[in-house]
Amino acid sequence: MVSLSDYLILSSVIFCIGLVGIFVNRTNIITLLMCVELILAAVNTNFIAFSHFLGNEAGQIFVFFILTVAAAEVAIGLAILTLLFRVRGSIDVDVTNSLKG
Amino acid sequence: MGSEQIIFYFLSFWLIASSLAMIFSRNAAKAVLFLVLSFFSVASIWILLEAEFLAITLILVYVGAVMVLFLFVIKMLNIDKSTLRAKFAGYLPLGLIVALIIIAEMMLVLGNAQFGLDVMPAPARHGADYSNITELALQLYTTYVYPFELAAVLLLIAIIAAITLVHKKEINRKQQSISEQVNVRAKDRIRIVSITSPSKENK
Repeated sequence: MVSLSDYLILSSVIFCIGLVGIFVNRTNIITLLMCVELILAAVNTNFIAFSHFLGNEAGQIFVFFILTVAAAEVAIGLAILTLLFRVRGSIDVDVTNSLKG
Repeated sequence: MGSEQIIFYFLSFWLIASSLAMIFSRNAAKAVLFLVLSFFSVASIWILLEAEFLAITLILVYVGAVMVLFLFVIKMLNIDKSTLRAKFAGYLPLGLIVALIIIAEMMLVLGNAQFGLDVMPAPARHGADYSNITELALQLYTTYVYPFELAAVLLLIAIIAAITLVHKKEINRKQQSISEQVNVRAKDRIRIVSITSPSKENK
């Protein structure tokens, strides 16, 4: 049998891969968005594993709402990306430093 | 090792391998395809956890809509590959160290002593008559009906925001001018010319 510990460690490994992706891919906003998706998938796996082992459906409902918000986030993120490319001609993160943050 | 464990380790291997390939691939379109593979593996693991509805939703919504949107934007933007990944290895050592420390800490906290089968026994599998969608719907339309409607409003706001952001001004578009169409007179469009017909001249 697969224990809850295995699922949790798997999702933490996936979370860390997404984190390394954000560290590594600083020049491409599209890949940054994809790494955020990967991190969200890891978090959702956590919710579903706990929901299964505790016998409570509330975790799955929460995952449903996370999927909704993530879809909205991707739609707006890609719209901003398209706008950025139209204005700047590049999606390099280092180019978008006009706010001097 | 039972069949469930074999399936779990098989899916986990492909999930981790495709995720690593995703973050290290130099081509954004290939990265999207590897992410599709890792989403399929995640969905299979969710089916192993008896969350069938969410697994199908992940494949339909994420692979079917969101990933296709990613591919669409990548192909539309025509990104110059040479400018990307110029500083690829800059933060890699730091990121790897941070990630390895996080994984080590998580394995200490989430090990078999805390969440193993002795502490958290696996629940009995449901029978063939169990419907995951029915259970979810019973919760979703009673207890969580207001959050459900809020999610619908959120999607509407996302649609409006995305359209407003990328909507172009009227310079490059062909469109109707409603006021001109309404205010047009017949004499602007039709010119009545009186010509003498040749049959009358013959008489």
